[in-house]
Order: sequence, then C-alpha cells, then structure tokens
Amino acid sequence: MTKTQAFMNWIDARFPMSKMWKEHLSEYYAPKNFNFWYFFGSLALLVLVIQIVTGIFLTMHYKPDAGLAFASVEYIMRDVNWGWLIRYMHSTGASAFFIVVYLHMYRGLMYGSYKNPRELIWIFGVLIYLALMAEAFFGYLLPWGQMSYWGAQVIVNLFSAVPFVGEELSVWIRGDYVIGDATLNRFFAFHVIALPLVLIALVVAHILALHEVGSNNPDGVEIKKNKDANGKPVDGIPFHPYYTVKDIAGVVVFLIFFFAVAFFAPEMGGYFIEHANFVPADPLKTPEHIAPVWYFTPFYAMLRAIPPMFGSQFPGVVVMGAAIVVMFFLPWLDRSPVKSVRYRGPLFKSALAILVISFVVLGYLGVQPSTPVKTLLAQIFTALYFAFFLLMPWYTKIDKTKPVPERVTDK
Amino acid sequence: MMKKLTAFLLMMAPVVSMAAGGGIKLMEADVDLNNKASLQHGAQLYVNYCMGCHSISYMRYNRMGEDLGLTDEQVVQNLMPVADFSKLPKGETPKIGSLMKNAMPAEAAEGWFGTKVPDLSVVARSRGADWLYTYLKTFYVDESRPMGVNNQAFPLVGMPHVLWELEGLKKPVYETHETADGEEVKELVDYEFVTEGSMSPAEYDDAVRDLVNFLVYVGEPAKLDRYKIGVWVILFLVVLFFFAYALKKEYWRDVH
Repeated sequence: MTKTQAFMNWIDARFPMSKMWKEHLSEYYAPKNFNFWYFFGSLALLVLVIQIVTGIFLTMHYKPDAGLAFASVEYIMRDVNWGWLIRYMHSTGASAFFIVVYLHMYRGLMYGSYKNPRELIWIFGVLIYLALMAEAFFGYLLPWGQMSYWGAQVIVNLFSAVPFVGEELSVWIRGDYVIGDATLNRFFAFHVIALPLVLIALVVAHILALHEVGSNNPDGVEIKKNKDANGKPVDGIPFHPYYTVKDIAGVVVFLIFFFAVAFFAPEMGGYFIEHANFVPADPLKTPEHIAPVWYFTPFYAMLRAIPPMFGSQFPGVVVMGAAIVVMFFLPWLDRSPVKSVRYRGPLFKSALAILVISFVVLGYLGVQPSTPVKTLLAQIFTALYFAFFLLMPWYTKIDKTKPVPERVTDK
Repeated sequence: MMKKLTAFLLMMAPVVSMAAGGGIKLMEADVDLNNKASLQHGAQLYVNYCMGCHSISYMRYNRMGEDLGLTDEQVVQNLMPVADFSKLPKGETPKIGSLMKNAMPAEAAEGWFGTKVPDLSVVARSRGADWLYTYLKTFYVDESRPMGVNNQAFPLVGMPHVLWELEGLKKPVYETHETADGEEVKELVDYEFVTEGSMSPAEYDDAVRDLVNFLVYVGEPAKLDRYKIGVWVILFLVVLFFFAYALKKEYWRDVH
C-alpha cells in the first residue's frame, strides 16, 4: 500500500471522502448527449463562487453606513489594490448570474427537466431563483447611489400596498419611515450573510436531488432504464472526467465573455451599472425615471401593467408575485407524456416561443418610461406569460407528440 | 460549434443604448485618455477654475500626479491650492497623499448658489463626457438669471459661467417657426459673442475637451489600466481555450 493510499484509507475510515467523490463525480453517470444548453448549471456554480470570493474582498473595504457607503465604494475603485477589478467582477457577476440562470431555466423548460421524477430539483431551482432575486435586490442598495436608493424605495413601498398591515410592514422592513441608515445596515446583513447561506444550502439541495434521480438530457430519455451487466447506464458516462473536462472548456469560453465585460464595458451601456447610480443617494431628489436593473425588468413591467384597484397598488404586487409562484406548479401543469421539446407537438413549441418573446418584451418595457401604448403592450404580454402556465394542462394534453426513442440520440 | 458560439454571442449582446436625457442634442467630446498633455492641461484648468467650488474628494493628489506623469514636486507647486499651504504649521509641506477637497463651506455655498455644489469625482460617469462638453460650451447671457447666465444643456443652472474669461460671453440667437399645429415655437439655433474671450473658439473647444478628459479620468482612474490589462487577460483565456478544448477532445475520443 502506498503512503497516499494509506492516508486516504485513514480519511475514509473517518469521513466518506472517496464515497462522495464516487457518488458525485467519478461514478455519477450523466447522459452522454448533453449539448450546449447543459453548460449553464456548472457556470451558475462558477458565478456563485466568483460572487462569494469577490464579495468577501469587497466586504473588507466597504462601509455599510449611509454617510460612508458611497465614498467607500469609490475608495475601493481607487485606493484599494485591484479594488476596481474586484468590484467590476462582482457587478458583472450579478448580471452574469441572471444570464446563466435564465438560460439554465430555459433549458429545463425546453427539455422537460422539471417533469417526474425531477419535480423537487425544479422546486429547489425556483427557490434558488427567488433567493437570487432577493440577494441581488439587497446588494443593489449597498453602493448607495440614486438608483440604489430609489429602486429600494419603490420595491419596499410595494409592501405598503398590502391591505391593513402594509404601512407597518414597510416601516418594519426599512427600520425607518424612509430608506435610511437602518435599512442599509440590515440589507448589508442580508446580502453578505443571510441570503448567501440560504443560496448555498439550496444549491446543495438542488444538486443532491439531481444526483439522486440523475440528469435529464435533450432527448428526455431516462438513461437508467438501459443498464449494462455492471448496472451502469449504457448511455451514461462518468461525470468525471468527461463532463469536468468539457465544462472546463465551457468555463474558459464563459470567462472570455465575462472578462470582456468586466474590463471593457463594466457599465454595459448603463444596464449592468446604471449611470444614475454615480450620484450619491439623495432622499430629497427623486430621479425622473426609476428603472430597476435589467434582470428585474420583466416583473417590473408586470407590476406597472396592472392598474391600481380601489386606490391600491396591491393587485399589481399580487400579479408580480404570482408570476414567480406559478413556476412552482410547472411540474403538475404539464400533462404531456413526453419531456423533450424534440418530441413535442406544435402547441408546446409555440407556447414556449410565446413565453420567451413575452419575457423579453416585458424586460424591454420594464426599462422604458411607461406610455399608454406601452402599458397596453405590457398587459398583453403579461397575459401571454401567464397563459403559458395556466393553459398548459390543456395544450400539453391535446398536443401531438412524436415517438420518443429508446436510447439517447446524437443530435 | 461556431453556430452555437454565434448564438451565444448574440444572446450576451445587450441592447447598448442609453439616452442621457435633456432635450438638447449633445456635442461629441471625443476625449482621449491616452493623451497625457491633454489630461495635464485639464487638471490645470480644473484646479484653477473649478476646484474652488467643486471638490473631487475621492481623488488623491499623488495618485493624480502619478497617473498624469507629474512628479510630486510638480503637483505641489502647480496643482495644490495655496489655501492648503496657508493652513499648515510653518515648515510643514502639504500632504501629497491627501484627498482633493476644497475649503468652501458646503452650507454657505448652498446659500450663495441656491443649491448644493456637487462633488465632481464621478460626474463624468453619471452625466457622460458628451454632456459635460456640451454643458461647458452652451452658457449664454441671460439677465433674468441670478448669475447673469443660463445654460442650454442645463436650463436654469445655478452655476456662473466660470470660464467666461476664456470663452467670452455670448448671447443666444433664436429662430421662430411654426409647428404642425400652427403654434409658434422659439428655438435657440446659434450664439453670437457680446464679449470676446482670451481664447479663440477653437482654442476654447480644446480647453473644454481637456477639462472633460480630466473629469473622465477622475471618474475612473482605473480606466487608464483596465483596457491594457484586459487585452492580456482575454488573450490568455483564448490560448487557454485551445488547450482546454484539446483536452476535452482527447478524453471524449472514447465516447460513442
């Protein structure tokens, strides 16, 4: 026995190191037909790590104090060695997180990855998305610029639309009658510790659930149904080394895009870092046009699309919340016998296309100042967004499907 | 593979456009951060004409000197306001590492100008270079205003035209025309000088460009390095990709 092996035995007798390595990497069998869309899960994990590591360094220099926050960010940008790069990686990472997560979710929709037996993976995923939105929202207040301030003001005011307890609720959230130092301090706590813990726990649950049932694939075929004499799926390959080396190549391509933004266009024309956020927060000066960062704009457009009823904004808030809650029910709304879009009929394909178009158009409308025409458009596309989910039991049931092959295919 | 990459690229490309607001069509500042002489001239103009009221309090004197190719000695002699010297105990030299603040009391200033006088450290990032350039070129005589001037890019601005000695003073030339609804609209189309400045219009344009260039630098000193470093980072990643891709190919040879 070599010394290394003796050491590993010593560890394994006390901690399931080799067992975990095998279960999750070297003997985790993944379908061999993963395509382009299957990069985004590992990329999301990479971005999470980037955010945590850059976040730790930012926390070392940032001051969560209404009087010091804005200046401390500029201090990071100027006086901290490589502070500008750390900050740009973090701000680019925030947008990158949503880009990869949106693509990852779209992949799930396309290939029916949320369907039996992967309902819990999907639910954990939607929870991650929710936690991510909260994380991004809390983090956006920290630079204490005008958009940070007024964006938070708008969102916290949503809670005051809740009937009866709204006013008290919003004061309780802010810790003050307006967004102020107390708000900044508690948002900082949520951003750097509470939500990261929740996110990490959910990511672990998401991956454990995935490894329990095994990955879906572009054909929506269960590879575990076809096993060889050793009990290994015929169409499966060990995650390590096959997908680790493949994902490394994907990671490098992703990093090329990521650093292209971080180094050459960190503001991304005002979409990743809004211009108005370079003006320190001023409670007495409301900006002409308050727009949330791009990843929230589809939901913001829905909020604005719903007219106030009985003098209350609450219906809009409910619709916005429902747009996310409805995602949880997806596994049970889909009545199709097949998983992958490859073997589905024209109804599902059209519905999916409409969903994507609606989401993109709503995203666009959310950054625009509202006009009567744009509000009407927002209403139409909000209806279409919900139609994808609410009409799903009907159109997936009557949709024509193609026969699903026994084994996975090469494209 | 290529098709997918292109698709990915298209997805990542956002709709890059950002209206700066305000009715006026902005002039192009066309600044060049690599032009050290321009940045130095801008710094000189800023310290002499702007800093009395507008601090750039996130910037440090020595960092500016280093980035603009000036020695500490040169910065102390030419760019540190005398006010900073007078407050020092005898024999002590001004601190080159101090922040570029000014002596104007903020509250008094609010009384003098009717509004807070903003710090301009990151003004180039919130307003944009083109807006600043346009703003500094569109002051015009308007007796109805407390400072005797108004501004086309920033109507009813509280700031006086501090650069008037350089540019001169100009009055607006209006043109009246009818809209489709038959309404008469007065539009500011041009200016004509009422007082000559010490600079020709072309010289003034250059001076304003240098000043804006300096503000763009002050807005983000890291901009001087970030493009240069970025090129190497991307190049490294492109090379790394070929190795990563070759490794993937090698492993995947036995997957059928």
